[in-house]
Amino acid sequence: MSRLQVVSGKGGTGKTTVAAALALALATEGKRTLLVEVEGRQGIAQLFETEALPYEERKIAVAPGGGEVYALAIDPELALLDYLQMFYKLGGAGRALKKLGAIDFATTIAPGLRDVLLTGKACEAVRRKDKSGRFVYDYVVMDAPPTGRITRFLNVNDEVAGLAKIGPIHNQAQAVMRVLKSAETSVHLVTLLEEMPVQETVDGIGELRSARLPVGRIIVNMVRPEVLDAADLELVGTVPRTAVARTLSAAGLGGARRGGNAERLVDPLVAQAGEYAERYTLEHEQRAVLGELDLPLHELPLLAEGMDLAGLYELATELREQGMS
Amino acid sequence: MSPATTHDLSHTHDDASTVTAHPQDHAARHRLTPARVLDLDPLLDDPKTRIVVCCGSGGVGKTTTAAALGLRAAERGRKVVVLTIDPARRLAQSMGIDSLDNVPRRVKGVDDAANGELHAMMLDMKRTFDEIVEAHADQERASAILNNPFYQSLSAGFAGTQEYMAMEKLGQLRSRDEWDLIVVDTPPSRSALDFLDAPKRLGSFLDGRLIRLLTAPAKLGGRAGMKFLNVGMSMMTGTLGKLLGGQLLKDVQTFVAAMDTTFGGFRTRADATYKLLQAPGTAFLVVAAPERDALREAAYFVERLAAEDMPLAGLVLNRVHGSGAAQLSAERALAAAENLEEPRIVDQGDGKAVLRNSPDTYASSEAPAPEPPAPDEGSPATAESAAPESTDSTATDQDADQQEPQERTVEQLTAGLLRLHAERMRLLSREQRTRDRFTARHPEVAVAEVAALPGDVHDLAGLRDIGNRLAANRPELPDTEATA
Repeated sequence: MSRLQVVSGKGGTGKTTVAAALALALATEGKRTLLVEVEGRQGIAQLFETEALPYEERKIAVAPGGGEVYALAIDPELALLDYLQMFYKLGGAGRALKKLGAIDFATTIAPGLRDVLLTGKACEAVRRKDKSGRFVYDYVVMDAPPTGRITRFLNVNDEVAGLAKIGPIHNQAQAVMRVLKSAETSVHLVTLLEEMPVQETVDGIGELRSARLPVGRIIVNMVRPEVLDAADLELVGTVPRTAVARTLSAAGLGGARRGGNAERLVDPLVAQAGEYAERYTLEHEQRAVLGELDLPLHELPLLAEGMDLAGLYELATELREQGMS
Repeated sequence: MSPATTHDLSHTHDDASTVTAHPQDHAARHRLTPARVLDLDPLLDDPKTRIVVCCGSGGVGKTTTAAALGLRAAERGRKVVVLTIDPARRLAQSMGIDSLDNVPRRVKGVDDAANGELHAMMLDMKRTFDEIVEAHADQERASAILNNPFYQSLSAGFAGTQEYMAMEKLGQLRSRDEWDLIVVDTPPSRSALDFLDAPKRLGSFLDGRLIRLLTAPAKLGGRAGMKFLNVGMSMMTGTLGKLLGGQLLKDVQTFVAAMDTTFGGFRTRADATYKLLQAPGTAFLVVAAPERDALREAAYFVERLAAEDMPLAGLVLNRVHGSGAAQLSAERALAAAENLEEPRIVDQGDGKAVLRNSPDTYASSEAPAPEPPAPDEGSPATAESAAPESTDSTATDQDADQQEPQERTVEQLTAGLLRLHAERMRLLSREQRTRDRFTARHPEVAVAEVAALPGDVHDLAGLRDIGNRLAANRPELPDTEATA
């Protein structure tokens, strides 16, 4: 099991939720995980219903069985100052640089520096050990940028190492790359059973593979329950509407005669089944496309009640049962 | 949490108010629908509308919305260009712009009966950046910049570049004055707001103090009055050199020196684009889906646009579900489905419990279901003994022996239809609650709701359909005919 678990996915597929559920799932039996956010959206805080996370590792949840989940929202500016202080004792110079706009430049505009700082901080957490030589975190789970940018984000160190051919940034970039391209790292992609997210997943995996970044698993999120099966859908096309009306009526939903309450339900219910059938076909097609990728596939259910903290634990249990942790 | 469910008490404070709602408050919640409806056709038709900016978080259908609005405006007679940033392949193909050449192309297959035209382009940010350099520097200088490794990385799309180039391209398209209407998609930023900040940020960097510092040693060297400053600067460049490595610092300095003449322009251009966005001919549309995260981002966006004096036209809420049978609540549908699936327990008492909320109390007293099989064991022998209930005497009269297995399946199917409906109603009420929360926070924002499509958009017909849905704008209670 890789110690750095990177979770990406197309926008709107719920990658933050999946990353959080994974961090919970991995925090079994006294294990400690760190959930890292890199895009400054405070999605983790909202998910765990806590106040905005500072640039500081703090415990946000206890998993069943006594494991702990810590969270960190990495702020690139503070990470840079942190880095300057840690390696060069440049606390004072850092302030001067900030005044000049150099920090702003480095963290927002300079090619890739921002991403180097973010991945660098996550890798530092992966490698950090306590005094007794044990890893401080058993796992680090990163809520990473979306699929369209993930390869560039993770691979940016390579680019920076090429740009800065010597010096500390070069060395730092190379050290980060060694972690990211090793078996210590696993990049998971979250998708929905819809055409665009699946296409983006397929493309994203191609890009990750050609950059030789380790692809982990595919997590299909928000899978809706199968309410009607193929036989039902076939029948719905042929069944006399009067028979459905009579059955609705028998179930206590009003009159089956023309204009009766049960009769008036038939058309809309059949229309909904038609939409369901269309989606059912599309979903089966998309599942087949994902199946061809030859990667471990997990499915998480759509939570009927919407996403909340209880739902998060539910998804974590689901991931554990599916052997993802 | 849907008030339609019964096992919902373990819920979060967020939803506490709705948990206590009685199921029959359903109609009341409908009345919470936004007072202001965003009517998009007048906006698209108004010759004074020159720019429509679609913004919102990732995965909400922003690009599709931009394309659909562009097509609709064109087919209503306007000369439109759609600027997309990073369209999904199929969507780009549906408009025939899968070649990424940074130039607007006329889209074929658009109905031009009203003399409109649709053009579309995909942003190539590196080329846009290169063009600015080429336009503002002499040839020698331009090639020095274009070949600089630092520039090559910067222009290839690091933080901010895409946003900046999107706004730059918008400015270019607008100044060409070839189109009546420009519809812009915004980049899939890590934060949906980046495109507002990026131009300023890049602009302020490019003619900021850091640049002067980096270029200064060469220019100021030796001037006595600047000596103090020089010491500070050499210390600073020394630090930077230590951090970046000497060669990268040299690349940056060379780049900056070469760009020197071009810099002044950047700030001016960024400011001009910013003002263009505030101008009366611009309309912002915030795009969202009826999901908590997307609407939270949307609310933030609305507030931010107001703070920046950007003209907001309204909210486009994509993928809203409706039902033609909204009068049937989720819990009644589920109870009826259970009733059908477990005929064993359909006795007088249960039947009444089910019917209690029914305004149309149609007696099912003759639905006794004597000793039926378990619903999933459909062997003909047991099914025959099931003698399915029917309130319609004419049905049981004819061909009873052959009808029975069939009726059994119809019952299962009907139960499935009811479960599907219950799922739909829960989704619907969750979506309504999410949207109502937004509306409560921003009652001033007009909303256009777009009914969800079961599939994806592949062609102009699909975009046209979305356009119709955008303009029709009442998805939550569609006519039966509309959903059929």
